[in-house]
Amino acid sequence: MFAVEDLSAAYGPVKALNGVTFTASRGQVTAVLGANGAGKTTLLRTVSGLVRSTRGSVQLDGKDITRTATEKLTSYGLAHVPEGRGVIAELTVVENLRLGGLHRSTGSEPMPIERIFELFPRLGERRDATAHQLSGGERQMLVIGRALMARPSVLLLDEPSLGLAPRVVAQIFDLLRGLVQTEELTVVLVEQNARSALSIADHGVVLNLGKVVASAPAAELAADEQLRHAYLGF
Amino acid sequence: MQQFLDTTLGGLVLGAVYAAFALALCLIWRSTRIVNFAQAAMAMVTTYIALTLINADVPYWVAFVAAIAAGFGLGAVIERVIIRPVEGKAELNAVILTLGLFMVLHGLTAITFGVQHRGFPAPVSTNAIAVGDSSIGITPFGILTIVVVAVVMAGLVVLFRFTDLGLRMRAAAFNGEVSRLLGVRVGRMLTLGWALAAAVGAVAGMLIAGGDLVNPAFMDPFVIYGFIAAVLGGLDSPLGSVIGGLILGLSLSYVTGYIGEHLAPLVALGILMVVLLVRPSGLFAAAAARRV
Ligand SMILES: Nc1ncnc2c1ncn2[C@@H]1O[C@H](COP(=O)(O)OP(=O)(O)O)[C@@H](O)[C@H]1O
Ligand SMILES: [Mg+2]
Repeated sequence: MFAVEDLSAAYGPVKALNGVTFTASRGQVTAVLGANGAGKTTLLRTVSGLVRSTRGSVQLDGKDITRTATEKLTSYGLAHVPEGRGVIAELTVVENLRLGGLHRSTGSEPMPIERIFELFPRLGERRDATAHQLSGGERQMLVIGRALMARPSVLLLDEPSLGLAPRVVAQIFDLLRGLVQTEELTVVLVEQNARSALSIADHGVVLNLGKVVASAPAAELAADEQLRHAYLGF
Repeated sequence: MQQFLDTTLGGLVLGAVYAAFALALCLIWRSTRIVNFAQAAMAMVTTYIALTLINADVPYWVAFVAAIAAGFGLGAVIERVIIRPVEGKAELNAVILTLGLFMVLHGLTAITFGVQHRGFPAPVSTNAIAVGDSSIGITPFGILTIVVVAVVMAGLVVLFRFTDLGLRMRAAAFNGEVSRLLGVRVGRMLTLGWALAAAVGAVAGMLIAGGDLVNPAFMDPFVIYGFIAAVLGGLDSPLGSVIGGLILGLSLSYVTGYIGEHLAPLVALGILMVVLLVRPSGLFAAAAARRV
């Protein structure tokens, strides 16, 4: 289980995250929703230690990982796919994947690259292409595949649907859904695209101005018309 | 024909040294986006360390290895202590810092070793090789220079292309934040980048000094020539740096051989200007558009 408790962070005087608490269960997709500027990216970056927390804690399977150095988190089983995809454009597909497998979750077996190509056959076809030659959808597949190379137990995804065609989004979300089951993953899916995210999520957390304003099963959130209009934009 | 062959061979030897020097600049540029104007001075310091050892009767090749090790350590310390605080800040800060470092190293060497010229030995002959009753324009030390530089290049290619460490170093240089998220110790990789670059620079220093006279200013022309070679090939491309070095070495050798030595610096600057005007990212810059 992945648990965030009272997590807070600020950019100078601006409080971007204000006492956020939620849990994400193994084998489930937990969607973190909210408008642009709600603090979703800040939440993930604070969990990863890219932004310093001012208060609160982060627990992974009972271990306190608050303020652990960013570089060490993959060994604890935490993978974070940042906003804007974060492929290393100058490296090839295979090199990006190899890189993902270098610092694995402690005690885990290496993930064969071929396994990623089974999940994403399109990547296999483009294995020797440089990442900057890939389409947006292929890049998203690459960063998810690269994260899986580290054998994570928790996968944080920041707006994977950003800038992708609806058909590609559906394809990637389907794959995610499958992965959660087969790999026993805990997925925290940050999305502005609330409708799509709720369609594959088990649970949803809604942020507004750095605070949690709702936390409920995904179906419940999707059915709450008032909440949808106020915070989710659909 | 004989003259053409001689100038070409001479140009290749010269080019190999420029290539090594450009490669050192390229390694630092790739990892920290800094043009290291102190590179020549750092190599000068390591060469003096080797000279001190050789004068104390340490065998030449032991001193050679010691110079490389000293370069490695010097590069690492300079990155950690001097460069780290300005990494990611305005580019001019780092440039001014490396220029300052250039002067400090110069001054310290002059104070420690004096400014007089000293002879530097070579491990093999520096006389032109004789074929029949005439001689050709290359010396055994020239051949050694080309071989050593080629070995250094090959080593770097293997490191960057085929090893996990090389992959980490490239990733850290291209995208620090993403690399950290993937578990790469980015700070360490940048230190290692500077250390490797300074070690390559130390090799270049030994090859330039061999069979010649050294004083604290003996590497100074390489501040300019190494930079021109690196820009010519594209600061981002190790292969480009090597080719840039060879092109520069050959060009200057032909100019010196057929027109006159005094024109060489002018031609070098001309090449730099043309490259900056026509193809500022260098002849071999990767087509990849870098995301900012
Ligand atoms: N690097 C930064 N410096 C200052 N303010 C920032 C920075 N990044 C984000 N913010 C501010 O923090 C708030 C939350 O931003 P963010 O976490 O990016 O939201 P989201 O990902 O939900 O769109 C916004 O008001 C944003 O302007
Ligand atoms: Mg965001």
